[in-house]
Amino acid sequence: MAASDAPLVAMLGIVKRFGALTANDRVDLQIRRGEIHALLGENGAGKSTLVKILDGLLQPDAGEILWEGRPVVLPDPEAAARLGIGMVFQHFSLFDNLTVAENIAVALPGEGGRSEVARRIEEVGRSYGLTLDPSRPVWTLSAGERQRIEIVRALLRKPKLLILDEPTSVLTPQEADGLFTTLERLAADGCGLLYITHRLEEVKRLCSRATIMRGGKVVAACDPRGETVAGLASLMVGADVHEVRPAPAHAVGKIRLELNNLHLPAPDLHGTPLTGAMLQVQGGEVLGIAGVAGNGQSELFAALSGESLAPRPEDVSIDGAPVGREGIDARRLRNAAFLPEERLGHAAAPRFTLSENVVLSRHATGGLVRRGVLKTGEAQRIAREVIRVFDVRKGGEDPPAATLSGGNLQKFVVGREILREPGVLVVNQPTWGVDAGAAATIRQALVDLAARGSAVVVISQDLDELFAISDRIAVLHAGRLSAARSARTATREEIGILMAGGHATDAA
Amino acid sequence: MSLTEAILLTVVAAATPLLIAALGELVVERAGVLNLGLEGMMAVGASCGFAAASLSGSTVVGVVAAIFAGMALSAVFAFLTLGLAANQVASGLALTILGLGLSGLVGEAFVGTRLDPVGRIEVPGLTDLPVVGKLLFGHDPFVYIALLLTIGTAWFLKRTHHGLVLRSIGENHVSAHALGLKVLRTRLLAVLFGGACAGLAGAYLSLAYTPFWSPGMTAGRGWIALALVVFASWMPWRALGGALVFGGATVLQLHAQAASIGLPSQALSALPYIATIVALVLMSLGRGRSSAVPGSLGMPFVPDR
Repeated sequence: MAASDAPLVAMLGIVKRFGALTANDRVDLQIRRGEIHALLGENGAGKSTLVKILDGLLQPDAGEILWEGRPVVLPDPEAAARLGIGMVFQHFSLFDNLTVAENIAVALPGEGGRSEVARRIEEVGRSYGLTLDPSRPVWTLSAGERQRIEIVRALLRKPKLLILDEPTSVLTPQEADGLFTTLERLAADGCGLLYITHRLEEVKRLCSRATIMRGGKVVAACDPRGETVAGLASLMVGADVHEVRPAPAHAVGKIRLELNNLHLPAPDLHGTPLTGAMLQVQGGEVLGIAGVAGNGQSELFAALSGESLAPRPEDVSIDGAPVGREGIDARRLRNAAFLPEERLGHAAAPRFTLSENVVLSRHATGGLVRRGVLKTGEAQRIAREVIRVFDVRKGGEDPPAATLSGGNLQKFVVGREILREPGVLVVNQPTWGVDAGAAATIRQALVDLAARGSAVVVISQDLDELFAISDRIAVLHAGRLSAARSARTATREEIGILMAGGHATDAA
Repeated sequence: MSLTEAILLTVVAAATPLLIAALGELVVERAGVLNLGLEGMMAVGASCGFAAASLSGSTVVGVVAAIFAGMALSAVFAFLTLGLAANQVASGLALTILGLGLSGLVGEAFVGTRLDPVGRIEVPGLTDLPVVGKLLFGHDPFVYIALLLTIGTAWFLKRTHHGLVLRSIGENHVSAHALGLKVLRTRLLAVLFGGACAGLAGAYLSLAYTPFWSPGMTAGRGWIALALVVFASWMPWRALGGALVFGGATVLQLHAQAASIGLPSQALSALPYIATIVALVLMSLGRGRSSAVPGSLGMPFVPDR
């Protein structure tokens, strides 16, 4: 076979094991020049492992990689870059304290001075519609702008194959449209693109071929344009995905959680200040807070939970009581519960056992401490209860939190808070990086809790999730919280404009 | 020579070893490695430099020996923290203890020996200028080396590609690795550079500042240099200013004792160290929101395979 007829890259029989887990089990993948190839699969299906092997970050235990028909070994990312493989990472691989130009120049050895690099950044920016100011430090940029840096950096290395790992997860719908235009131009120029995602609408719109992975294996290869979204989803999940049942009609009660013109300075140089946040959440409703990452979500969560104290007591109220100057435990004692974004390290201590993690958030409210001594039996009983009700899969009787899979640990920490029957629950990113089954369980539990009369606030970057479970949606942009609008009547476009900082009809 | 002039000259002399050691450590920390073994490496540099200079009769041989001694000790640190990904704080503290012990062993035979101090560079005509003459043109070579080192590190970090690579690695080693940068190799070179600088700073102490060897003669200067790096927010030029401030505190303490101002001498001897603590407190109060700290500082790097 002549080199020019061969696929751009072919991965044959790739096997990668991590201990007992087989992340990739005899995976085959072929990408041609000029195609946008989708790699689909749930979290944990083995997509990231496969592309890390292709980028030289991981070494396969078995299998072969053919580049333009010739077998190659990729011992490190540098070797992959020399062949012409570029990668745009899911979690940005940028250097916050360096400028845009420095972030790009660092990947381009021996390419002339800074002014030369700045000139080429503008050149690529113009031809692909990716405008960037080379002198800005990265920490001042939005997620969309950061992604542009990654793409420009990859493009300046003149890739023949560009891998994009979940590129739209941090973008507003409008920013995503801009990205798709860029990708189509790249494909038209002959670059092969491997597009990793679990968003099926995007795949149908953008990709001409799709490889679908489940449990470390390739389960199907198809032309996504000829498939339905439901068909692709069941291939990906291996079963029909069950939808969240909307809560039965229930009365919306009195206001249980309130923010009253809260102003909070940024906690550190790279943080976002909150300006004039107003919010009223009634018992019986789920209020969703949308927004692109880094627009003040963690700051808002900290203000609601009491990790950051408000300047005035009346800034935050729980069931009518001013709690702005009260800490987390005081607010918990008012029957509120809080669940932060990171499950390992913030919501749970990784090396502590599950029952010890129960104590961490329930020590004030759960009757788990008597005269300074822990009641370990009671903590274990609560842990067993959470595990039973939320179907948490684990190894061992009371294992350390870090040994659970993401989805199971998330079910555990959600269950830990929900089984307390809190009157107010604030969660940040409840299903981030969780498999579809666990996500459905968690969403259902949140909706059901609201139906029992609690006020539930869900901060999430997943618009589909917010539309599925919220009664009302507010949008956070640059530390400003918009007025909440009904999730039944709001459109994705309307929310998208607010997420990008635009003004909808009645935006603050 | 006026008294002011004399005091300023001694301030410069006291600042020089702090500056040299701090510049080395600054580069190491910019690469993301925290080497707390500065004191030990300086001590070994001081004793080996003195021993080599007395045996050979040549100051240059002494200085070169000191640099290699500092590098050798830092290589041990690099093996532990980069090769075995050991904890950097524990390894650095162990290095200090090891270095202080080794320096005593090497220097034992030379206790009581004296050498001629390193001569000053005098430029005919210029050195005799009034007021500025001695301050600009009357120092020993180490002072000028320290200045060149400041210019050199500032230029390297800010202007060269390798400097950018080094800063990126210190900022975020996971990203740097994913971009194909050589994290461990760069850090090894940085640590060796830090060792060389610490060795040179030690040589200054035993060959120029006080031209004899006595155990423990580094007297905590390694720790002050470490604080100086933080004080300078990891910027070479600010390290120069900081070194003069700390050097000034050292000299002030001597003059205050001589003038017997009624404070116990122990309290005055503690002045430079108190200044260190005060500077660090002021820094964190005034710039609590700063993020000059290299993002990966002190974290071991182990690539996935």
